[in-house]
Amino acid sequence: MGQGIILEAKNITKVYPGGVVANHNVNLEIRKGEVHALVGENGAGKSTLMKMLFGMLTPTEGQIFVDGKEVHFSASGDAIAAGLGMIHQHFMQVPSMTVAENLILGAETGTALKVDRKKAEEITKELSEKYNLKVNAQEKVEDISLAMRQKLEILKALYRGAHILILDEPTAVLTPQETEELFEQLKLLRENGHTIIFISHKLNEVKALCNRMTILRDGKTMGTYDISDLDEKEISRLMVGRDVSLAIEKEEEEFGKTVFSVKDLVYADQFGKTRLDHVSFSIREGEILGIAGIDGNGQSELVEAIVGTLKPQSGAVFLKGTDISAYSVLKRQESGISHVSEDRMKYGTAPKLTLEDNTISKVYYTDKLKTRGLIDSKKVNQFTNKILEEFMVKYDNSKQAVSELSGGNVQKLVVGREFDYQPDLLIMNQPTRGIDVGAIEFIRKKIVEMRRQRKAVLLVSADLGEVLSLSDTILVMHEGRIVGYIDDVKNTSENDLGLYMLGVKEDSRERIGGACHE
Amino acid sequence: MNVLQDILNTLSLPEFYFAMFRSATPVLLTTLGAMISSRSGTSNIALEGTMLISAFVGVVVSAFSQNAWIGFLGAVAAGFIVSNILAYFILKLNSNAVISGIALNTFASGGTIFVLYLITGEKGASTSLESLKLPSLTLPVIKDIPVIGAVLSGHHVLTYAALILVAAVWYLFKHTRLGMHIRAVGESPDAAETVGIPVRRVKYIALSISGILTGMAGAFLSMGYVGLFSAGMTAGRGYIALATQAIAAGNAVVGMLASLLFGFCQSMANYLQSSNIPLQFIQMMPYIIIIIAYTTYCAMVEYNKKKKQMLAAAGK
Repeated sequence: MGQGIILEAKNITKVYPGGVVANHNVNLEIRKGEVHALVGENGAGKSTLMKMLFGMLTPTEGQIFVDGKEVHFSASGDAIAAGLGMIHQHFMQVPSMTVAENLILGAETGTALKVDRKKAEEITKELSEKYNLKVNAQEKVEDISLAMRQKLEILKALYRGAHILILDEPTAVLTPQETEELFEQLKLLRENGHTIIFISHKLNEVKALCNRMTILRDGKTMGTYDISDLDEKEISRLMVGRDVSLAIEKEEEEFGKTVFSVKDLVYADQFGKTRLDHVSFSIREGEILGIAGIDGNGQSELVEAIVGTLKPQSGAVFLKGTDISAYSVLKRQESGISHVSEDRMKYGTAPKLTLEDNTISKVYYTDKLKTRGLIDSKKVNQFTNKILEEFMVKYDNSKQAVSELSGGNVQKLVVGREFDYQPDLLIMNQPTRGIDVGAIEFIRKKIVEMRRQRKAVLLVSADLGEVLSLSDTILVMHEGRIVGYIDDVKNTSENDLGLYMLGVKEDSRERIGGACHE
Repeated sequence: MNVLQDILNTLSLPEFYFAMFRSATPVLLTTLGAMISSRSGTSNIALEGTMLISAFVGVVVSAFSQNAWIGFLGAVAAGFIVSNILAYFILKLNSNAVISGIALNTFASGGTIFVLYLITGEKGASTSLESLKLPSLTLPVIKDIPVIGAVLSGHHVLTYAALILVAAVWYLFKHTRLGMHIRAVGESPDAAETVGIPVRRVKYIALSISGILTGMAGAFLSMGYVGLFSAGMTAGRGYIALATQAIAAGNAVVGMLASLLFGFCQSMANYLQSSNIPLQFIQMMPYIIIIIAYTTYCAMVEYNKKKKQMLAAAGK
């Protein structure tokens, strides 16, 4: 492996309009042919740094060098020309176009008047075989799996001649098995002389794949280390600035009677694709039921069918023995359902409204906050401050807009609002997605506390570690069906779940039927 | 039942179908323009105003230059400029596309009359200007075929241009690099940007083409058969094009069929003017039928979705 520095960022500072300092004197040195990890919590400035390296943002101060020469990128095109390729977390693809068309988009084969699709398909096949990244050239992107879309994204970079690949949290959408496959492919790329920058906050992955790493915290570099020099605990301390424990402590508890159940939910979407395929299960008092699965296998639809924003074609939802299938969203809430949605900025809050407005949004119409029939601003203020303080939200004043808070604090606000509602069933959909470790720790502890109060909890998460550490029982979803029922969570590994998630393994119908209790 | 008789009589006349193509032409050109801007991700509400300004400029330029083709170029240039003003508002100044479009339309309806008054002293029509018309073409061979000759030959040069442009727009989206970029920019601008496609420039180009096509439509109105400009002569065709474009959903051939439907209704309305139905009612019909067609189309799409859903849900 050559020791030459192929990419260097020197004293980079980025100040966003509005005064947020996202990067402060950041230094990064990437050696040719290495896999270099960039780790840090959400909001530590990883994405900002990468966007500057890829020409999507310009640094306020500092220099970037590629192969020893200083570069000034004003658009992604410049970075591509310099040999960089970025695999974004949200795939940059046009869904209605085919894999081959997406591959060549922006650097088309053929002439301006006639794009050569055949050639594009040949190139796709060639590259796909050369790097062992299997894709189907003629399929439309909207029809292929997330794992295949990711392969396409890597191929796109390679087609454009990238020899430095930046991968932004590439494993977030993959199963453990697909992650392993990706690592093999990345190792193959490294052997072929490519340099890889791997952005992640999953430390076990960093340890398994990378040679060196640079740690970012609060927009500053905390140093670059050889992977073998630090253990996970030390890395974690450098990332967060203190010891964190994500280990969950929960007592053994007997489950009570059944609080909530769904029976035979069936839903097909407007394209005729079955999203929920005869889903049945129940949750008992004091039970956390985890739902695992690759994103897009029916989890979102399941949650929507329960909260009432989506109407399944058949099946029923029961809460405390009552059929609530015909209830409106509001009536379901009032019957005792709280819901922390998967997208806090889109469904969980109204980002432009104040903390107060968002905190009272479930109870504003009740007498709780009124004096003589009108909303009492004093009561609103007290109510808001009580929740925000109890849930440790960092804020300046309760009249600022939600959009001014960090992701972790917004999520704590949402969780506070939903928990304060004292529901019988608590739905947590991706409760810790994209928030900092401190907030993750806090929210997980709160979930366990709700279990202690004998609530029924439905936990949907793409983070298998989270599902395994919090849940009492686990259901795995694949293509809208429940394919696995796990009641012995302690002796189950992420790989075990992965087999179900990929559709390789499936429990018998009788066993899955065990998820329903009377 | 007199009306029914009238309709049947009309349907048997070759001239009726000739008139259908004639009436469809401006809507068809504008539909193609709307389609290109819409696929690039900007809905061009200003088509109506663009067409009106182009119609006016075409008449004025041809009257002063005494050359119909220079007048035509003036109309097209006007379409190009107006759509670029809109593009500047939307893409550079980040204004709302609908509000900017409506502003331009309002400006066009007042502005054309104002300038017309300055030049001629009239406020209604440009009768005192000696403007010229663009020629009609007779197609050799085809003109001698009975019925078909009467329907297809002898049309205005821009009618033929519009039909050729249907194929051109279809080819643009199907095969060319620009077409691919327009689709990518409209559907996923972020994806387009990260592969180095200049998103804003592509949107400018798409809006410019849409302005040029609409300019041709304006030229057809004032330099086609009537040979003069009259206030508000676009009569809502720019808005109709938005509906036909929506029915077409990006497909130029469907866009042509939808425009022909409008042409069919409008020429039917013209033929029925002598019947005893109130004139205003008849003039209203083409617009109502397009609205009904669009609503039906949307309802059908929705129904098919539902049916698919039910079938898939019952499937297992």
